[in-house]
Amino acid sequence: MSEQQVPQPAAKSAEPAATAPAPSRLREAGVAAGMYLGCIAAALLISAVIVWLTGGSWQAVFSALLDGSLRAPGRWGETIGIAIPLVVVALGTAINGRAGVVNIGQEGQLMMGTAFATYVGVRMGGPGPVVIVCLLIVGALAGAMWAGIASWLLYWRRVPEVLTTLLLITVASQISGYALKVDWLLLAPFREDRSVRNQVSDQLAGDTRLPRIDIWGNDFPISAIAVVLMAVIVFLLFKRSVWGFRMRMLGRNARTAQRAGVSTVKYGTNAMLISGACAGLAGALMLSGGDFGNYRFTPGFANNIGWEGLLVALVARSHPVGIVIVAFSFAGLRAGSGFLAATGVEREISQVVLALLVLALLVPPAILFIRERRRALSATRDRT
Amino acid sequence: MGGFFSAIGDVVTNEVTYSGAMRFAALLAFAAIGETIAEKAGTLNISLEGMVLGGAFAGALGMHLTESVTVGLIFATVIGALVASVQANMSHRLTANQFVVGLALNTLVLGIASFLNTSIQPVSKAAHRFKIPGVAEIPLVGDALFNQPWPLYLVYPMVPAAWWLLYRTRWGLEVRAVGENPQSADVSGIDVNKRRRQSIYIAGLTSGLGGGYLVLGQIGRFEDAVVGGQGFIAIAAVIFGGWTMRGVIGGCLLFGTVNSFRLTLPTVGHELNSELLSAAPFVVTIVTVTFFAHRTREPRALAQPFVRGLT
Repeated sequence: MSEQQVPQPAAKSAEPAATAPAPSRLREAGVAAGMYLGCIAAALLISAVIVWLTGGSWQAVFSALLDGSLRAPGRWGETIGIAIPLVVVALGTAINGRAGVVNIGQEGQLMMGTAFATYVGVRMGGPGPVVIVCLLIVGALAGAMWAGIASWLLYWRRVPEVLTTLLLITVASQISGYALKVDWLLLAPFREDRSVRNQVSDQLAGDTRLPRIDIWGNDFPISAIAVVLMAVIVFLLFKRSVWGFRMRMLGRNARTAQRAGVSTVKYGTNAMLISGACAGLAGALMLSGGDFGNYRFTPGFANNIGWEGLLVALVARSHPVGIVIVAFSFAGLRAGSGFLAATGVEREISQVVLALLVLALLVPPAILFIRERRRALSATRDRT
Repeated sequence: MGGFFSAIGDVVTNEVTYSGAMRFAALLAFAAIGETIAEKAGTLNISLEGMVLGGAFAGALGMHLTESVTVGLIFATVIGALVASVQANMSHRLTANQFVVGLALNTLVLGIASFLNTSIQPVSKAAHRFKIPGVAEIPLVGDALFNQPWPLYLVYPMVPAAWWLLYRTRWGLEVRAVGENPQSADVSGIDVNKRRRQSIYIAGLTSGLGGGYLVLGQIGRFEDAVVGGQGFIAIAAVIFGGWTMRGVIGGCLLFGTVNSFRLTLPTVGHELNSELLSAAPFVVTIVTVTFFAHRTREPRALAQPFVRGLT
């Protein structure tokens, strides 16, 4: 780097600011907003073209998606119900994202959490509220355990955590599938009124379900409030706590953090365990909340919520407020896809729209980043 | 326990095991060869799964339209490269996070493939077997290696070709340099992100072809769950193999064999729990990586984006 070798008078470094004036903040914000809108529009346009090419009507599809997520009576309650686990998974992911540890196995951690929570919820007797609390705690612990395997292997043998978390998803789904096949684990006892006795757990009893709030015909479980509180807590942790600062330090530059006395192993493991616990908790909330699987655990129960929660965190760039907003829109897409059947277009199109939106939302920050780099580079070039 | 060992014995002496192992390993190898090149250049290419799946659907579609296996395979390769172009340009032109791009691409390809699959419902069938005379008579493994559907044979020349490309050409040297130390490579005049994009394109070509082979050589028709995480196992094979061509192929063969055990155990008359057996390849992968991966070293800049002037 030649500019570092040449000693420069201090006055000269102020010069480039004068020659290339920094663009106004307002204009920058306008450009960014325009880019976001443009990219979202492009994603929707591509989805519309795909629908149109296969002979569907894109107007009908979008209006069905809107109806299903917001407009039709009782639907935004459904959207909130779906958003709850997404937010919880994403908040956990945000924590390990800050710490620079990669966890992409939320789907598996969520399944383990649900499986253990089901066992507790169905087998444990006693007063309802106690069972609910136990079930949520056990779910979180199970998720943490499943993520703990990955972090243990990472710090013990330096096995890449991307790989282990990913592979453990399938293992989790096979194990819970097995548990749903044997009587002494999760399989519901045989009853005359049900002809199919395949891989389904007993239903949670009435008093072990989370209470539901009803606002103008939209009902959602009470956990929605707790989840918003959780987002606030994570936000404060990131902004105001030493712990959050150390996490961020570790994520930005592990070596500097180590020199400053932040143990990579300790904080990395913590981040991973919390992230897994959040995924497990999300599973337990799904089970006891009632918006998924009607209080029963089945092999397809997780239904990509773990993956989607991960995408929520990545799109929201690990920001708690962004997570709540993005989770609500993703949940809307999922709730809306239930209304697609009437339009004659396959419901998989909602997956396509979702993925295109994710890709589209990646573009503006990347372009802004590159522009900033270019500006910085040209500024240094002017100086030398 | 004795039953377990006799089961293993029965499986090991059964020709079907080797045949099946070879077919699974071939799919993994198609994908893993490209992934090796991509990872050598510094991309941990999660969208491999999507590339294979895209190739699989395109293969079925090509067969549906023209009734020719060759056209199907060409379609598969093109679609694999198309998926790769998104990954390459998003993660190494815009420098967006490569994992996010990969995950979103996997979702996107799965969505589009299952959407089009239900609206088009392509009809396809497996390619015919082609027995290479002479060598196919070798006991135990002859059948596995030389009496297979013909698209499988494409993987044989690909292994040495990829090795030659990576270790005996200027391009390969540059790719490896870019994966080890992008700053130095940049200073010596190599376009870092261009080499990375090119290596992802190659991953797209080979894994797309792998997807085509899966549908047209092995299964015969497309379903949504046809790939079912095998792209991820291919990534595991690359890590298991320590980023060397020899090790990667060894990994593919090992994981292919484990997968084949799962299918042959019931046919030779041994009852084992199917869920736990399905999980076996994944557990074996984790265990083997745990005990062998530390002996090797990953490309130093693996999964790190390159922006000139940063770091």
